[in-house]
Amino acid sequence: MSRYLARKIVIYLLTFFVAVTIDWAIPRLMPGDPVSGLISRLQTDPTAAQEMHGYFTESFGLDQPLWKQYLNFWLGLAHGDLGPSIAYVGSSVSELIWAALPYTLALLVPAILLSYIAGNRIGAMAARRKVLDNTVLPVSYVLTATPYMWLALVLAYVLAFRWQIFPVSGAYDFSLQPEWTWEFARSFLSHWFLPFLTLFLVSFGGWAIGMRNLIIYELEADYANYLQALGAPNKLVRKYAYRNAVLPQMSGLALALGVVVGGALVTEIVFGYPGIGSLIITAIQNRDYFLLQGIFLFIIVGVLIANFIVDIAYVIVDPRTRTGLLGS
Amino acid sequence: METAEPQAEVVAGTVVAPAPSAAPKRRRSETLYFAFRNRKLLLGLSVVFFMLLVALVGPMLTDRDPFEFYDQLGQPPSKDHWLGTTAPGQDVFAQFVYGLRASFIVGAVAGCVAAAIGMAVGFAGGYRGGVVDEILSMLTNVVLVIPTIAVLIVVSAYLSVGSLFSEALLIGLTSWPWAARAIRAQTFSLASRDFVSLARLSGQSGWKIVVKEIAPNMSSYLFLTFILLFGSSVLIAATLDFLGLGPPEVMSLGQMLNVAVSNSALQLSMWWWFIAPGVGITAIVAGLYVMNVGLDEVFNPRLRQT
Repeated sequence: MSRYLARKIVIYLLTFFVAVTIDWAIPRLMPGDPVSGLISRLQTDPTAAQEMHGYFTESFGLDQPLWKQYLNFWLGLAHGDLGPSIAYVGSSVSELIWAALPYTLALLVPAILLSYIAGNRIGAMAARRKVLDNTVLPVSYVLTATPYMWLALVLAYVLAFRWQIFPVSGAYDFSLQPEWTWEFARSFLSHWFLPFLTLFLVSFGGWAIGMRNLIIYELEADYANYLQALGAPNKLVRKYAYRNAVLPQMSGLALALGVVVGGALVTEIVFGYPGIGSLIITAIQNRDYFLLQGIFLFIIVGVLIANFIVDIAYVIVDPRTRTGLLGS
Repeated sequence: METAEPQAEVVAGTVVAPAPSAAPKRRRSETLYFAFRNRKLLLGLSVVFFMLLVALVGPMLTDRDPFEFYDQLGQPPSKDHWLGTTAPGQDVFAQFVYGLRASFIVGAVAGCVAAAIGMAVGFAGGYRGGVVDEILSMLTNVVLVIPTIAVLIVVSAYLSVGSLFSEALLIGLTSWPWAARAIRAQTFSLASRDFVSLARLSGQSGWKIVVKEIAPNMSSYLFLTFILLFGSSVLIAATLDFLGLGPPEVMSLGQMLNVAVSNSALQLSMWWWFIAPGVGITAIVAGLYVMNVGLDEVFNPRLRQT
């Protein structure tokens, strides 16, 4: 077990190192120097631009040798310093991200967990059951192929705009302040529901398909046939099949994270939900590279942590990893 | 099923097992026989072909330019503008057909790039083993954990992607890891078979064995991998275009959605603006996925009974 986790931790540390290096290298590898690009976008007159060029080069430490810049980047990171934001003047990148993070997590965590649980259950139910299979499977394929932002648009149009059951945008009513009251909670939940539903539905499709296929695969395995030959009730056979099929689904969970995170970003944009996605679109539109780079690092760290949690869960669910049978 | 490499099988939500090796001649007619009777394959294939047809023929049916502004602003579908017009007066049908074209190009190019890298890494690691495999597996695992979309956002924001081709190249360069992993696992199991040992004994070089003995025996698997990469690339491209990070001079379905959202098509209740592009993307990708399942059943007799 410790070998299994140790190996994973090495991979994650390496990934973190690579990600930070990429984050540092991208602006420096791109054609043209970043400071000129930055200033030309600020559109000032030439003399002022010249002075700003010197100022920015110095303040970003771009006049130092590369190895020192790299070291400084790590040092800044260790202090949680991701630089100033250009789009939101006066705020630091880490401040902005910390403020937006709870909203994104409030969407992502329930959507991931609930879609995983529901998708697995319903996918397992659909396997080898004609009627259910013929309805769940086509729907799941369409759902998993749907772009998140489009489903968000359609849901917003039908449920929020046409039928007016839910509000269209924001995280809570404009007249309210975030506080622990029933009124705020109700407003928050009604704003939260549609973006959540979007993420839930698209991910649900993938899990249902995966589980259905895995269960069929397991039901064909020798142990399942043997159990059936012994006269075990169908329910029991399916229970064993489920237990085995859940393992590859869990490994899939770690991989699917990146896709869901991407989905959350675009869904937030459609609903104007004040999370990381909305930050990203502002950063892109204002060419706020510090903010983009900071968000990049946050996403990577978040995904690494989530991966690690999945690994620990895997060890708990799969006894073989605990006894070291699956060490490599 | 072995649990050592389970990720490879679930990534795309489908279970794929190696195709059985049989006499090639009989197998072809048999494959065709099952291919024409497989409803999933036929359905997926016809959806994809229909969209491809629209993408190819559509631009010829209209003489309108996707970027030009016409004097009917924000009109619902009519005889004049088949899919209506956007709020500033662009023709939605023209945008849609050119956007479909872009989706197919990005999907095909990115799918090829990712498949090529995935095959190179997977074959090398799976056949060579040892240190090469260790290093390549480590590399694959690292790239696998880094979310593709996060890297693409940062890189394309800095690069300001100018052409469809470079967008596709970027997507291909970042989305190969799961394919590499799947191919590695397959190669690994094939490499210990007798016919490969025989080829090795006859003194053939490593690459020749991979190309002549191993790859042909998993050709169906490779093809399925390519289809899935194609589909996921279409989705990733749509996300990038939606964020405004795609090539601005090329009309794409994602860009249509981007402009629709930023011009508040929702609040203006202009459903015709955003329905078509989403349907296009969903149809292509769902068609590809369903086709993939159908092909899987055709190639793999164990799945056929269902």
